[in-house]
Amino acid sequence: MDTTCIMCPMGCALTITEENGVVTVTGNTCPRGAKYGVSEYTDPKRMVTTLVKVRGGGVLSVKTSAPIRKTLVPAALKAAAGVLLDHSVHAGDVVLADVAGSGEDLIATADLVYTEK
Amino acid sequence: MKHFDVVIIGGGPAGMAAAIGAREQGASVAILERDVRLGGILNQCIHNGFGLHYFGEELTGPEYAERFRKKVLSDSGIKVYLEAMVLSLTEDRVVTAVSPTEGLIELSAGSVVLAMGCRERSAGAIGLIGTRPAGIYTAGMAQRLSNVDGFLVGKEVVILGSGDIGLIMARRMTSEGAKVKLVMELMPFSSGLKRNIVQCLQDYDIPLRYSTTVTRVTGKERLTGVYVAPVDDKLQPILEKEEYISCDTLLLSVGLIPENDLIAGSAIEMSRITSGAVVDEYRQTSVPGIFSAGNVLHVHDLVDNVSEEAYVAGTAAAKYARGAIEDTPCMQVTTGTGVRYALPQRIHKGEGTVRLYFRVDKVYRGMTVTARSEGVLLKKKKTMVLAPGEMQYIEIDKSLVMGDVCVALEE
Repeated sequence: MDTTCIMCPMGCALTITEENGVVTVTGNTCPRGAKYGVSEYTDPKRMVTTLVKVRGGGVLSVKTSAPIRKTLVPAALKAAAGVLLDHSVHAGDVVLADVAGSGEDLIATADLVYTEK
Repeated sequence: MKHFDVVIIGGGPAGMAAAIGAREQGASVAILERDVRLGGILNQCIHNGFGLHYFGEELTGPEYAERFRKKVLSDSGIKVYLEAMVLSLTEDRVVTAVSPTEGLIELSAGSVVLAMGCRERSAGAIGLIGTRPAGIYTAGMAQRLSNVDGFLVGKEVVILGSGDIGLIMARRMTSEGAKVKLVMELMPFSSGLKRNIVQCLQDYDIPLRYSTTVTRVTGKERLTGVYVAPVDDKLQPILEKEEYISCDTLLLSVGLIPENDLIAGSAIEMSRITSGAVVDEYRQTSVPGIFSAGNVLHVHDLVDNVSEEAYVAGTAAAKYARGAIEDTPCMQVTTGTGVRYALPQRIHKGEGTVRLYFRVDKVYRGMTVTARSEGVLLKKKKTMVLAPGEMQYIEIDKSLVMGDVCVALEE
């Protein structure tokens, strides 16, 4: 697998290979790059930040409570798109529990004062 | 006319941090904000990555704003005027504004902090050739329409400019079901963060072409497509290689300009490089009692730096208002090889340390950053890589400074 290291502005071009269960990173210039390369190869994770709809119009910003498996991101976005909020929430409140089976919740990142329209 | 020790123009991250700095000095503070709430552009930046330096944790824009907003709104010593558009500022610090609830607002100020932020360069500013259909937005405008107002601005998107807002919007539009066909960048490098290139483009297989630009746009009512072409080393398009890409939306992420219209034509000395005021280490402009901080002073890449800078300005503004800033002689901060600008542009003689923030003019590897005064080395810092998109600083000891200070890159 080829990727770009994001640990610093150098942006080293990494090549990651696996042989007999041993993951090897080449192209890095520092140990942080090697560590990043291994995690991107074995278990890449991403924070998801997106919007959910509010009944009657408007949107609320949300995020996953922690980074989730990268492969689950499309499913998490789809699940978020299916939410239609009809009550007030505070920043930090769970909007959707265990999003896409990731083990993490979708939580509000802002307050929403819901008024019925 | 109401009087406040410190009047702050703008209630974004800079204005809020300045208010907190001023309040800690015991000043009475007013914030004039033109939007319906405090927070500025942070409110529309729903992605995370804010606050790593300032709070030691990763927050989204609304969360970062809320930390400051709570502090500001719970402080009875800060008067917040919302939906208040500032019309004028005089040299003797009378601020005039209008708002739907207050009507005409006239405030006299012991000191003023300019915290108006910046504005995006638009289609007109880059001389975009072709028709003027709907569907051409600046990236930040599209971001606001999406994240605050809940409208997706298009379905087939091309983005010009690889600054962070453009990259973030590529992911955002994709997340909402739009197809981002191409991101192009005029320069041979991106001014955006590596993390955004990987996580906003590569994760979604969105192509990024360097040294490429839009040569013209087509469409009558709505945008129907754009012509793109690679550019030569003088940044001129190679028209023989022009190519058509159909799309209904073009997002522009082509640079930010400090929004200094309010002080245009005033006695405040401006920098032609930053498009902001020339300031000392307190972020005081050439007009005593008028301070400037955040993106209105120079465009930052991290909000954490904005907060830090504005806190300094707010603290100093409060001290000025009570006559506690001594007017000691200043030395100039100049730039040498490889450094596009350094800020503050002048520093006072005295004790303590001061951070000189700077940006380089292109990508450099393995260079040493130096600060010299009259040829004498004050400080040096070895670097692996320096990029124009990442603001850097070098900290110097003021007591060592003999004359003007020069920040430069050396082999």
